[in-house]
Amino acid sequence: MNQSYAVPAVALVVVATVLVGAFGLRISRTTSDFYVASRTVGPRLNAAAISGEYLSAASFLGIAGLVLVQGPDMLWYPVGYTAGYLVLLLFVAAPLRRSGAYTLPDFAEARLGSGAVRRLAGAFVVGVGWLYLLPQLQGAGLTLAVLTDAPDWFGGVLVAVVVVATVAAGGMRSITFVQAFQYWLKLTALLVPALFLVLAWQAHGAPRDAFDEPATFREQRVVRVDDTLDLKLSRPLGVTATGSVDGRRYEGERVELPAGVHHIERGARLTFTKGDPVPVADRGSNGGMSTSLAAGREERPLYATYGLILATFLGTMGLPHVVVRFYTSPHGVAARRTTVAVLGLIGAFYLLPPVYGALGRLYAPELSLIGNADAAVLLLPDRMIGGVGADLLGALVAGGAFAAFLSTASGLTMAVAGVLTQDVLPARGVRHFRLGTVLAMAVPLAASVLVGGLPVADAVGLAFAVSASSFCPLLVLGIWWRRLTPPGAAAGMLIGGGSALVAVGATMAGYPGTGSLHALLAWPALWSVPLGFVTMMLVSLATPGRVPAGTAAILARFHLPEELAGAQVRAAVSAKEVGA
Amino acid sequence: MPQDPTERRVVVTGVPRQTRRTSGYYRPRTEIDEQTTLGHTYVRSLMRSQLRVALVVFAVLVLLVGPLPLVFAAMPDGASLEWAVLGFCVYPPLVLLARWYVRRAERNEKDFVRLVEDR
Repeated sequence: MNQSYAVPAVALVVVATVLVGAFGLRISRTTSDFYVASRTVGPRLNAAAISGEYLSAASFLGIAGLVLVQGPDMLWYPVGYTAGYLVLLLFVAAPLRRSGAYTLPDFAEARLGSGAVRRLAGAFVVGVGWLYLLPQLQGAGLTLAVLTDAPDWFGGVLVAVVVVATVAAGGMRSITFVQAFQYWLKLTALLVPALFLVLAWQAHGAPRDAFDEPATFREQRVVRVDDTLDLKLSRPLGVTATGSVDGRRYEGERVELPAGVHHIERGARLTFTKGDPVPVADRGSNGGMSTSLAAGREERPLYATYGLILATFLGTMGLPHVVVRFYTSPHGVAARRTTVAVLGLIGAFYLLPPVYGALGRLYAPELSLIGNADAAVLLLPDRMIGGVGADLLGALVAGGAFAAFLSTASGLTMAVAGVLTQDVLPARGVRHFRLGTVLAMAVPLAASVLVGGLPVADAVGLAFAVSASSFCPLLVLGIWWRRLTPPGAAAGMLIGGGSALVAVGATMAGYPGTGSLHALLAWPALWSVPLGFVTMMLVSLATPGRVPAGTAAILARFHLPEELAGAQVRAAVSAKEVGA
Repeated sequence: MPQDPTERRVVVTGVPRQTRRTSGYYRPRTEIDEQTTLGHTYVRSLMRSQLRVALVVFAVLVLLVGPLPLVFAAMPDGASLEWAVLGFCVYPPLVLLARWYVRRAERNEKDFVRLVEDR
């Protein structure tokens, strides 16, 4: 790929982000400006900002890569990411805004009046936020490594520095402008190349074998293996090999590989003939965003699909960077309308990644073999069109990808830093917020440099599963159920979210590799979400004496339209705003 | 039945209007503001109607999306259907459901405000 256009494009996105952020800094003056933009963001700007923040590296690069490798089942990811907003709208959006709290821990404290539950919610916010930041930094590293010859860690460090600078300087106000700008940038960066790619596809006679299962090679193709990998074959395959396969040297000889796992050494060349099915690199050999929990899927595809649906549908409402944005709406009605606009915006965006996935199956099927499927979006213009036009389109895509890392990472950093500043660091105020920002980014950055090859889709899936099993019960029961008690909320979060965390942690560590137990642990949402709800309800019912005294008044504040909220409630809310 | 209905109407509406003038605010609102049992009943009724709308839309979502994986698995040509449905067809219903919910929820709130402000 030609670097001479891509590097300036990435640089332009970074500079534009800093400049738009600085524009926000000039009008960000009070503490309230800093955290929630003084609650004056209108639905349209806020919806673009929410969408810009939400569409992360996993959406921009990861979905196309997953579809390329594993086929249309992976389209459940974008559907779930979108439908999660519908569930959020139904049960959470307006009451959450009317609760008058800044963060999830604020909500827990306002609803339950318990410092312990507040700290527990804070711990989950920081945990989920860090889990979600990790793939953004790794995606940035991957992108820069594909585009240029930069080392893997460089992209992550670049994103971390830019995000800390913009967030610490301007806070949420500047972030709102930055995010809104980045939504449109991301949409353009996928839409324009997609139009050209579809035209090129039509010029090639509109071949339809992208939808065949499994993906096959359309022509004879030589694949160079840059990193040693394990190749998984579901049926025997004949290739012409040059290099080391399963410990034996070949020089352009025909090899018949039986079904099973084969070890291919770095530097080998494999020649596939037309019509060969595309083999898939084994999980764990090469940690990209698309080496998903593949083993669990193959054994229990329906169970895995339903686990994915449940985690994404219910997990969205608890993602810390999503929730914090609702406090910037001026009132509950605006919060609802904002959510509808968000559904439209991200729904429109998610029409595009499947196009890249399908074209990737046609024109770059070997990416799944060398375990680099996440690069499909970046490489397709070059593969299909070529020349200067392709370089320009590639540069546009690269800029969009960087916008994706920057926007999601800033939103997450904002949310985690908010919690750290309010609950961990001793005093409050803007200076401590800046310290919190540095801390919020330092930990995942260190982890991404140290851990390196962690499968990125797993980290995103883990964040959704943990959020669905801890924050979803807390929010839904907290808003709609009068009998929720502090011990119940704490027990539900600990047992639901904690077990989801342990389950996916065990899967990532490689414990047990196969069988039903593996599927259960790799896709925990199907049992951990009900577990969280049931625990929260049973423990609450067992401690009826601990129902907080002001519950009725608080629920009235959550649900009454602003024009009706009582005078004393309004006074309490504004006192809270001044205090925080 | 009284012989002249217009005369009677004047008497009935006259009483609350007088109370309102002397106390300065509307009754149901006061009940809510002062958190009496009656006030809680008002809030509960709003919560119930809002929850009902939310659950109806959620049920439609579940019925719409829930059977899809089974359908794809059961159909012989499931993969191409899966591309069409998940890649495109599922998004417009999601947005339509959301818009319908917001209209209903806002109407519930408007009705409630009219009820308690006695307009």
